[in-house]
Amino acid sequence: MKVLLMGNPNVGKSVVFSRLTGVNVVSSNYPGTTVEFTKGMARIKGEKAEIIDVPGTYSLEPTSKAEEVAKDMFVSENPDVIVDVVDATALERNLYLTLQLLEYGVPVVLILNMWDAAHRKGITIDVQALSRTLGIPVVPTVAVTGEGIKELVDTIFEIKNPVHHEPLSDDEKWRYIGEITKNVQKIQHKHPSFLERLEDASIRPLTGGVIALVVVYISFTVVRLMGEGLISVIEPLFTQYYGPVVTHAVEQVFPSGVIHDLLIGSTPDFVESFGLLTTGLFVPFAMVLPYVLSFYVVLGILEDVGYLPRLAVLVDNVMHKVGLHGSSIICMILGLGCNVPGVLSTRILETKRERFIAVTLMAVTIPCMAQNAVIIGLVGRYGSVYLAMVYGTLITVYVVVGVLLNRLLKGESPELFLEIPDYHIPNVQVLLKKTWMRIRGFIMEAIPFVLVGVFIVNVLYILGIIDFLANFFAPVLERVLGLPRDAIVALMIGFLRKDVAIGMLEPLNLLPQQLVVACTVLTLYFPCIATFAVLLRELGVKDTAKAVAVMLVTALTVGMLLRGFLGWVT
Amino acid sequence: MKTTSLERMKEKHGTVCRIEGGHGFKRHLACLGIRMHKKICKVASQPFRGPVVVEVDGKQVAIGRGMCRKIWVEVDEVEE
Repeated sequence: MKVLLMGNPNVGKSVVFSRLTGVNVVSSNYPGTTVEFTKGMARIKGEKAEIIDVPGTYSLEPTSKAEEVAKDMFVSENPDVIVDVVDATALERNLYLTLQLLEYGVPVVLILNMWDAAHRKGITIDVQALSRTLGIPVVPTVAVTGEGIKELVDTIFEIKNPVHHEPLSDDEKWRYIGEITKNVQKIQHKHPSFLERLEDASIRPLTGGVIALVVVYISFTVVRLMGEGLISVIEPLFTQYYGPVVTHAVEQVFPSGVIHDLLIGSTPDFVESFGLLTTGLFVPFAMVLPYVLSFYVVLGILEDVGYLPRLAVLVDNVMHKVGLHGSSIICMILGLGCNVPGVLSTRILETKRERFIAVTLMAVTIPCMAQNAVIIGLVGRYGSVYLAMVYGTLITVYVVVGVLLNRLLKGESPELFLEIPDYHIPNVQVLLKKTWMRIRGFIMEAIPFVLVGVFIVNVLYILGIIDFLANFFAPVLERVLGLPRDAIVALMIGFLRKDVAIGMLEPLNLLPQQLVVACTVLTLYFPCIATFAVLLRELGVKDTAKAVAVMLVTALTVGMLLRGFLGWVT
Repeated sequence: MKTTSLERMKEKHGTVCRIEGGHGFKRHLACLGIRMHKKICKVASQPFRGPVVVEVDGKQVAIGRGMCRKIWVEVDEVEE
């Protein structure tokens, strides 16, 4: 049996999916969290069923790439049952898609999700009457707590033949929907709650601006403090306990030689040694993970509260200057965690042009959290002035490249048209699960790449290839960027993992201003391999080539200018 | 009673009376609750021709200025 979950954006399909299959998928409180489909298995009364979660869509006429995915799945998968997930607090507009689905003559179960929120808002829906009118089973649910999921499973199992609705024109559909809602729904007027007043305040220009600044400030502070706090716990574990033990153990077996150096390096410093068991584990666990964890906790809260779309509205104006609209800020924030989900999330944008600009800007200027962690670790030592230089440059490049792309590329950026979700108090369990999933994803994907990176660096050194490359690229590095020729290793490894690459700058003993240039160039010049793969998939070969050209030109120009500027200042 | 585009609307409350534009555009708006005869409440309007935020059926939607020019609203003149 094949069950397809469909519905408008931000109605909780992914939460229902997690509940049915036990497979965790990321869910948040804003439209467009899901941009791909996910398949999972569930047992429905002993019978195996395939459950498919798809991106939300308002109708079967897609307006973005994410909606196209939903439509394609509906057409190509031939589902046995469709679970139409409806937001009980917005019954009327959700029913349009329901009527469209019913015209296809597939068995449909309608679930009224967020039943608790509807209750709080003073909305009551006569479930039986709605079911009778549409001729399909209707189940009220609260997916985040699991309420009604059992009834849903029973209903899916018992579903009989589909009802076939005659096709109606749009006007007829809306008239019919109007009649239905008038008959089944009662809305009791309630005084605005504190959350509702906060909703309004955070979207008005004046109060909204102040709230945005406070939210952004608190978010950064919490990420920083939490990151530092975790590091102060994890780092001593490495230096005091793990380090001596592993050094002792390795030296017992390999007193010296190639394998000794490969495993623990030749210096005791955890960042400098570049051994698989020292640097290879220290960078991901003691430098990067603390920041990645704190970032995703804070991001998860912002997502689940429903704040991000409001930020999108407030920055819409500014984003239009770079050819994007406000929604793209959500993609950029996701990119700050990791560029891979960031690039994928641009599927919520409407046009190809907009997606190209968003993806290019992200790949060029947005450093992922792993990279940020190492930049903060290395550059931060010399004072926040130098950190400000790195990030100030990146922000400037973002604006300049964005404005240029907007001028050079043909076409206009479409306007913002975005549903703003109600604020929700995050469900702690859902939040923890989501954070755990992201952290697990980081560990599973980052650690192998970090180890491979460290391994390759060692092999290249041993084979003398590094010397060859260093001499080959020396003119560019030394004359143009003012960096030692050995920095080429970092640039090469940057293709694999940016955090390892920046770690590689440590043994070069760079001056702080050289470090600023190197970190900036490393961010700009090329995406890491994982991001590159997604770029190819999402943009295609031609546009990826264009994006890469933008990156290389930007990196060289900015690196040169920055070096000149810093040389002039100091 | 007078009509005004959503962009120029000064009053807080009104009723949608006309939507210009094609079939797809109208459907797009309708799916977020903005259709003929709907009561609409202007919650906020961002400066420098930024988007307008309206509330329909207790749900908020942000709409770019260009789109707002195509949405016409009937308002009571008595209201402040």
